[in-house]
Amino acid sequence: MTGIFEILIAFFLIVSGIFGFVGSFGMIKLKDPMSRLHAPTKATTLGVGGVLLASIAHSVLLEGKLSLHELLITLFLFLTAPITALFIAKWHIHRHEQPQDLPDAGEDELWATHAVEQVEDVPDHSAN
Amino acid sequence: MMKLLRRIFPHPHLTFLLTVVWVLLANNGSLNSVVFGLLLGIIIPFITQPYWPDRPKLRNWSMVVEYILVVLWDIVIANITVARIILFKRDSDREPNWVCVPLDLRTPEAITVLAGTITMTPGTVSCDLSAQGHNLLVHCLDAPDPAAVRDEIKQRYERRLKEIFE
Repeated sequence: MTGIFEILIAFFLIVSGIFGFVGSFGMIKLKDPMSRLHAPTKATTLGVGGVLLASIAHSVLLEGKLSLHELLITLFLFLTAPITALFIAKWHIHRHEQPQDLPDAGEDELWATHAVEQVEDVPDHSAN
Repeated sequence: MMKLLRRIFPHPHLTFLLTVVWVLLANNGSLNSVVFGLLLGIIIPFITQPYWPDRPKLRNWSMVVEYILVVLWDIVIANITVARIILFKRDSDREPNWVCVPLDLRTPEAITVLAGTITMTPGTVSCDLSAQGHNLLVHCLDAPDPAAVRDEIKQRYERRLKEIFE
């Protein structure tokens, strides 16, 4: 019986390893900055999720005690990861996109990042 | 009586959430941590009450469960799709695209949940809101047909969120 449990735990670990790897590989392979942003969002969902499932399964099935504080890691990741991604994306729009390159914002005319007044004397880092 | 309860529990969902988070942090279900969690769950909403002028009303609890299950399922499926794109698709064949999603949602909480969901499902990242918050700008890793992505987001997520929040 323990053997089956160990196979299950190993399966979760392998799944998370594969998706963690693909996420990191995507950072190298994808060329444009906006596409690169997609890679880390994947590592934080199935990549971390697999490890957490394996951890819960290990403590419940092998150690015989219920441990659920892994769920908190999921909760905090789901709260923080989108905000990080949003801020990187907003930075990219602010620095590298013109209003005419983005799709039409409908009745509001501008996207929020472009709607703020552009400050002129900010040093331009886009070359590095 | 209801008024008294309202004063003690100004934000019952938050009380419940804080208690659960505390019990999970302590990682044992002992009465000790439940009581202390409850204490935090009562004190924190009571002190922060002025910062919650109007709280979102969750109408449809069965829909909340359905929404969570749909999102978890989509995350698994989308992970596999995106892994396939990264591993097997040539970078020049990929069509990254901006998609504009017009929003029917009006409550800030609902829009936040929608934007977060879009980011957490791999393949799409929500990038910006339009100036007055009527449209959501989404970046897709590989979307030959932006209209299909927009319709799927509206169908799968926004429709359910509208039932939950509005």
